[in-house]
Amino acid sequence: MINRRTLMAAAAAGAATLTAMPAMAADAIKIGNTNPYSGPASAYGQIGRTVEAYFEMINAEGGVNGRQIEFISYDDAYSPPKTVEQVRRLVEQDEVDVLFGTLGTPTNTAIHKYVNAKKVPHLFVATGASKWNDPENFPWTSGWQPNYPTEGAIYAQWILANVENPKIAVLYQNDDYGKDYLHGLKSGLGGRVDEVLIAEAPYEVAQPTVDSEVLNLQASGANVFFIVATPKFAAQAIKKSAEIGWEAERFLNNVSISVGSVLQPAGLEASKGLISAGYLMEADDPQWKDDPALLAWREFMNKWYPDGDQTSSFTVFGYSSAWTMVETLKRAGDDLSRENIMKAASSLEDVAAPLLLPGITLNTSPTDSAPIEAMQLMRFNGESWERFGEVVHAESS
Amino acid sequence: MATSEENMTGGPAIPRAAAASAKKSGSSLGTIVLAVLVIGAVILPFASKNFFIFQMTQVMVYAIAILGLNLLTGINGQFSLGHGAFYAVGAYTAAILMEMQGVPYGWTIPIAGVLCFVAGFLFGLPALRLEGVYLALATFALAVATPQLLKLSPFEHWTGGVQGIVIIKPDAPFGLDAVLNPDQWLYFFTLVIGLFLYWLARNIVGSRTGRALMAIRDNPIAARSMGVNTAVYKATAFGISAMFTGVAGCLGAIVIQFVAPDSFTFALSVALLVGLVIGGVGWLPGALLGALFIVFIPNVAEDISKGLAGAFYGFFLIAVIYLAPQGAGGLIRSGLARVKRML
Repeated sequence: MINRRTLMAAAAAGAATLTAMPAMAADAIKIGNTNPYSGPASAYGQIGRTVEAYFEMINAEGGVNGRQIEFISYDDAYSPPKTVEQVRRLVEQDEVDVLFGTLGTPTNTAIHKYVNAKKVPHLFVATGASKWNDPENFPWTSGWQPNYPTEGAIYAQWILANVENPKIAVLYQNDDYGKDYLHGLKSGLGGRVDEVLIAEAPYEVAQPTVDSEVLNLQASGANVFFIVATPKFAAQAIKKSAEIGWEAERFLNNVSISVGSVLQPAGLEASKGLISAGYLMEADDPQWKDDPALLAWREFMNKWYPDGDQTSSFTVFGYSSAWTMVETLKRAGDDLSRENIMKAASSLEDVAAPLLLPGITLNTSPTDSAPIEAMQLMRFNGESWERFGEVVHAESS
Repeated sequence: MATSEENMTGGPAIPRAAAASAKKSGSSLGTIVLAVLVIGAVILPFASKNFFIFQMTQVMVYAIAILGLNLLTGINGQFSLGHGAFYAVGAYTAAILMEMQGVPYGWTIPIAGVLCFVAGFLFGLPALRLEGVYLALATFALAVATPQLLKLSPFEHWTGGVQGIVIIKPDAPFGLDAVLNPDQWLYFFTLVIGLFLYWLARNIVGSRTGRALMAIRDNPIAARSMGVNTAVYKATAFGISAMFTGVAGCLGAIVIQFVAPDSFTFALSVALLVGLVIGGVGWLPGALLGALFIVFIPNVAEDISKGLAGAFYGFFLIAVIYLAPQGAGGLIRSGLARVKRML
């Protein structure tokens, strides 16, 4: 193995001197990606598969500006060292033009410095942390979805404007994700934090239930209950807070708004009145049944990714973000140098991507690499999410 | 690998007489093999891309960790499913010292080694009461607990919690950076430490301590009646093994430039065990072959089929176990024995 590898490597090194510059003139556009196709987080792998199917469809329709897309996606099993290896393979061996939609917060953190040092566009990463929007220090990286602090701040604004004498109690997952939300809520409350935020209860992912945390929070006398929890715990918190008859205004983070996997297990009656914020259409929400964008998505799913789960938000996410990538390449035109792709990615202005809620658009600039920073509040009516009020823009970070 | 025959302690592969008579010709062959390997290892970074150099550095890092596990399992006969934990301790030692205390990376290696020796020794003491599968289970608990402990908020100040710690990649020192890029430098840095640790492991195995460790593995009662203090030796074996693995973790952190709890899940411990079995339990040079397997075979499996990568990996694993039931070490031994019979 050593010998064969060494020989291959020697040959490759020889070839490398000839093609030291990334092969921009080649016909195909090379897009690199990592996803957890195996391991504990492999459910997210659906996003990568959706993206792959989307690019296949684009290729069958003639590609982008007449050029085919070569999508190279490797498995990193959600393990940061593996991500480093796979991304170096993409950049140094496969010589991809851009990296797109690499998934996960710890995994992207591991390659953040590397890709910026190599000046490879690291576009529309699939994670909600706030650190991807830092164009001053990391000009080659950009996020896509609204980040968690933004969402927390949106709830804070609404609570201050609409709840009389608010007293907020927060249940949150004790990790980066939970703390990001809490941080956003606090910054949205501004100077009134100490007066308004009266109880916080962290929980660990290893816990079997969050029932006792919910009881303690109720005992604090709060009239607003903010649930920052992943699906399983969110369902428990919704159910418990309804059982004990806690008459608080309940907020649920966007991570857990799936009707099928959270609200149904919690009980649709118990879920009535919940407030959340969204930016993507829910595929199983009856109000989008005849929406042209959703119909196009369904057609795509049936034809190009028939094994995909049509009730999962991952396939919606993958479709809409892949569309963003293709749109960016179209805008870059014939000059697909890394600089020009980056320029196109950081000058999206009011771009309406499919499956985003009406009124929400993509916006970036050289000083803002967070494309989606608006959400719309919505209330659960016992059957589906009913949007209300204006689209809220919270260019917080 | 000069006298690799001496270290082939894994099983009754060749009759003693044959081994003894073969030793002379075997050792000269071994010297040639070793020389070729070392020359190849020195030339390699000048003849390949940075990415391949990086992969080979990773191979050496895992080889050191597997070497440590081999001392425990192969030489002393104790099982561990928890070496990923010691690897994590080494990695975090490097990261915390470098990024928070500003310690030069070279110094983090002895510190990580000492720390892991102590941790391994202390873990080895209660583990004395456990044998075989029970010990495997106890170490399994260690591996499962590690990522969660690293996320705990009381330690977050040092460990960085879920975010982990990003490390700056070191440049080659002493003006060597004009000749070597950081990847090449780290390759040689790891190579030198790896060779030193291999030499150390060989000497431990060949020494009085090594014989005591093997005696405990083969027959603990007989060893005790011959005056071997089994408690001390078993705990020491755990300490030394953890030290090797901790140094590997330390090097791994410097090479990857990032540590996070998700890097040190149970899967890492299993990967090390796979490397150990593939390379050959009890045969020290096997660590390198085992490391090559765990770094490259998952990629090969993925190249064949993305959807069935796990299945192909499993297929390769079963194929190796079936064709070489005693790992690469056993295969090489039986191959050599066959050649010698023909001669």
